[in-house]
Amino acid sequence: MITEQLVDLSRLQFAITALYHFLFVPLTLGLSFLLVIMELTYVVTDRPIYRDMVRFWGKLFGINFALGVTTGITLEFQFGTNWAYYSHYVGDIFGAPLAIEGLMAFFLESTFIGLFFFGWERLTKRQHLLVTALMALGSNLSALWILIANGWMQNPVGAEFSYMTMRMELINFWAVIFNPQAQAKFVHTVAAGYVTAALFVLGISSYYLLKGRDTGFARRSFRIAAGFGLAAAISAIVLGDESGYTVGAAQQTKLATLEAMWHTDPAPAPLVLFALPDETTRSNAYELKIPYVMGLLGTRSLTQTLPGIAELKIQNRMRIERGIIAVSALEQLRRDRNDAAARAQFEQYRGDLGFGLLLKKYRADVAHATPEQIRLAVDDTIPRVAPMFWSFRIMVALGFAFLLLFGCALWYSLKDNFSEKTWLLHWALWFIPMPWLAAELGWIVAEYGRQPWSIYGILPTHVSVSSLTPASLYGSLAVFIIFYTLLLIAELYLMVKYARLGPARTVAGLA
Amino acid sequence: MFDYATLKLIWWLLIGVLLIGFAIMDGHDMGVGTLLPFAGRNDNERRAIINSIGPHWEGNQVWLLTGGGAIFAAWPLVYATAFSGFYWAMLAALWALFFRPVAFDYRSKLPHPAWRNAWDWFLFLGSAIPPIIFGVAFGNLLQGVPFFFDDHLRSTYTGSFWQLLNPFGLLAGVVSLAMLTFQGATYLMLRSTEAIYRRARAASQLFGTLAFITFALAGLWIVTGIEGFTITSAIDPNARPDPLNKTVAVVTGAWLHNYLAHPWTMLVPLIAFLAIALGMLFSRFNKPVPAFIASSISCAGVIGTAGVSMFPFVLPSSADPRSSLTVWDSVSSPLTLSLMLVTTLIFMPLIIFYTSWAYRVMRGKITTEYVQANDKTVY
Repeated sequence: MITEQLVDLSRLQFAITALYHFLFVPLTLGLSFLLVIMELTYVVTDRPIYRDMVRFWGKLFGINFALGVTTGITLEFQFGTNWAYYSHYVGDIFGAPLAIEGLMAFFLESTFIGLFFFGWERLTKRQHLLVTALMALGSNLSALWILIANGWMQNPVGAEFSYMTMRMELINFWAVIFNPQAQAKFVHTVAAGYVTAALFVLGISSYYLLKGRDTGFARRSFRIAAGFGLAAAISAIVLGDESGYTVGAAQQTKLATLEAMWHTDPAPAPLVLFALPDETTRSNAYELKIPYVMGLLGTRSLTQTLPGIAELKIQNRMRIERGIIAVSALEQLRRDRNDAAARAQFEQYRGDLGFGLLLKKYRADVAHATPEQIRLAVDDTIPRVAPMFWSFRIMVALGFAFLLLFGCALWYSLKDNFSEKTWLLHWALWFIPMPWLAAELGWIVAEYGRQPWSIYGILPTHVSVSSLTPASLYGSLAVFIIFYTLLLIAELYLMVKYARLGPARTVAGLA
Repeated sequence: MFDYATLKLIWWLLIGVLLIGFAIMDGHDMGVGTLLPFAGRNDNERRAIINSIGPHWEGNQVWLLTGGGAIFAAWPLVYATAFSGFYWAMLAALWALFFRPVAFDYRSKLPHPAWRNAWDWFLFLGSAIPPIIFGVAFGNLLQGVPFFFDDHLRSTYTGSFWQLLNPFGLLAGVVSLAMLTFQGATYLMLRSTEAIYRRARAASQLFGTLAFITFALAGLWIVTGIEGFTITSAIDPNARPDPLNKTVAVVTGAWLHNYLAHPWTMLVPLIAFLAIALGMLFSRFNKPVPAFIASSISCAGVIGTAGVSMFPFVLPSSADPRSSLTVWDSVSSPLTLSLMLVTTLIFMPLIIFYTSWAYRVMRGKITTEYVQANDKTVY
């Protein structure tokens, strides 16, 4: 019997390890791209300072990359160790993008990162630029395949359940690749990575300018980061909006909770700018609304409504009731594969199988679920509103703050007096952690907002776990936390140390 | 393209190729890492050793991840059952692997001897523990693993972690460690000079001998004492995978059936023994290139021997033999297998091409002088 404690611990372990891994991914995605821009400038202008730039920012890139690799392995292992039923149930679809990621992207990135660091003396300038570009291509392609896999968890297209093999099976791989959820998430996520890297370079360069050292180096880095960052911030916001739109189409419960839409508003719905959502009264206090905007953003029309939480629950109750029939028919079919009546019944209700499985949290024999258990399962279909509402709002507010910061940075770069604007330099320096906060909140919106499903509408998180004991989970969780804390201390120590040392004392002079 | 049965067979071969690729490529990195504290007696020597694999270990480690990904995609039930059943063993391998990227990258970034020495030992742990665990896992596969499936194909592991550390499992762990350290030693000979070269050569003799003897012992044990598994019901290789739809018997000597039925397959263990012996001979006569090639072939021979013995079994169950996973009933759908086959056929040659180019660019011996001259750019 799968206990709720086991499920919660498994979720906690996955959340901690995934959020931790995601501390290192955005910088890798963005900085690899920035390194290509810097090295391209070096090859075109032939000025050694740009080569120093690639080497210095490359050193910081390497410190970050080491932990990205370390923590990425965890995630691949963890689907098998902790989410065994999930791995069986959807491996036919979900495993493929992970394996393709290895073959197409991770080999590329990892092979060329070696040459990036060790090949300076052995490669021509153009060859080394090619190596850097292939490394950046590899890391970005890697994100593409991971987000295709993740996009499929959010919007499971191109696959069908088979009662013979008791799992989801692939029927259309192109649908999985060109899944609108996956594409929107990919571009939004890499744009967020570019923002992270741009602000990292902008902030550290500002530090040198404030200290009045390495100024030539810092001024050039600042300008590149400002231009790149502004483009990235605009992309992240526009593509984030696109991502939100695809959520509206595919995951209505996520949209309803992140907007705290307790009831269906007449079209076009207003946007709740601020409110204090209250889970017990199912309403918002101190609401500040902008009319029409939500309807326009969410449906891109004036006439379509967006279902509120109350209406979604009514729909989900009907689907759970149909799902009970589907589960019972499936269980009969597993006992006797040739039972024609059970098969006919299963074919009729198969679309709601996942909703029937939601009741597995409350009892093994779903067919005998009580009305109270059905009510609890219906409540489960809606993630809690407050974490969604606030995570989303803080992320969006940060997005606009980045836009403003990069806008100012580029403006004063063009006027060429940014090194005197100490307020701007301070702002950039102290804002360095913020893209990470935004990225982690984005992860929470996407993945917490997917609950109670591991595969939206198909497979509940509750039934996805491995048959382990909570004691095992406590043990492994403790080891992960100890390891990750120590590794983070070592990483931050080196990162801060090398950033403080600066280019003159670490790489320049070798040129 | 192919019928389902052929696809299933191709994927058995491809997973084997990926495991062998892992043993040859990541294996030599792990072997070098295992030898590091012993073959390098001072900081400069250790840096020379680390830098002999420095530019390549990252790419090589992807063999492990791609192998894992391919098992996930091609044999989802095996991936799910093995990783969750071997929970602590898998996590221990993972935690050991944690040490590698950071040890390589962070070790020489600070000058303190204590800092560097600590990371050297972490690199040793990260390089020696995973081969032992993977070997122990293989040793347990050969004995059967205690798990069963319920009607919905949810697997439950009924054993414990300590149970994995049985005598035969541990012997297989030694085979694996010895084989990969042998592989690392012959590689290190290729890339080193003077004292390091001499120690690498001595290590290749030691670990080659150990690999030969333990591999022979494991073989002997299988012939005499280990119970194998055999399918006793009719199997339709083209059928949709349904692991519970068969009967399986546990018979002593069943792991030899394939060798007896197809005597040519005895070439596989024979090649393993021959390659280890030749590898040692070449290293003795200071021919590191053929020694490394021979040792790589021995990895293929050893892994191949286990594969042929168990075929068609992949993950036999000792708790409920009919739950055993085989090449026929643990696989993905034909569409996924075809798709992954096409992807592999396109990208594997590309990977081999650019990996070879990377080795070509970085070719040559790594000396302590080289490390000192490039203090700020190498590990």
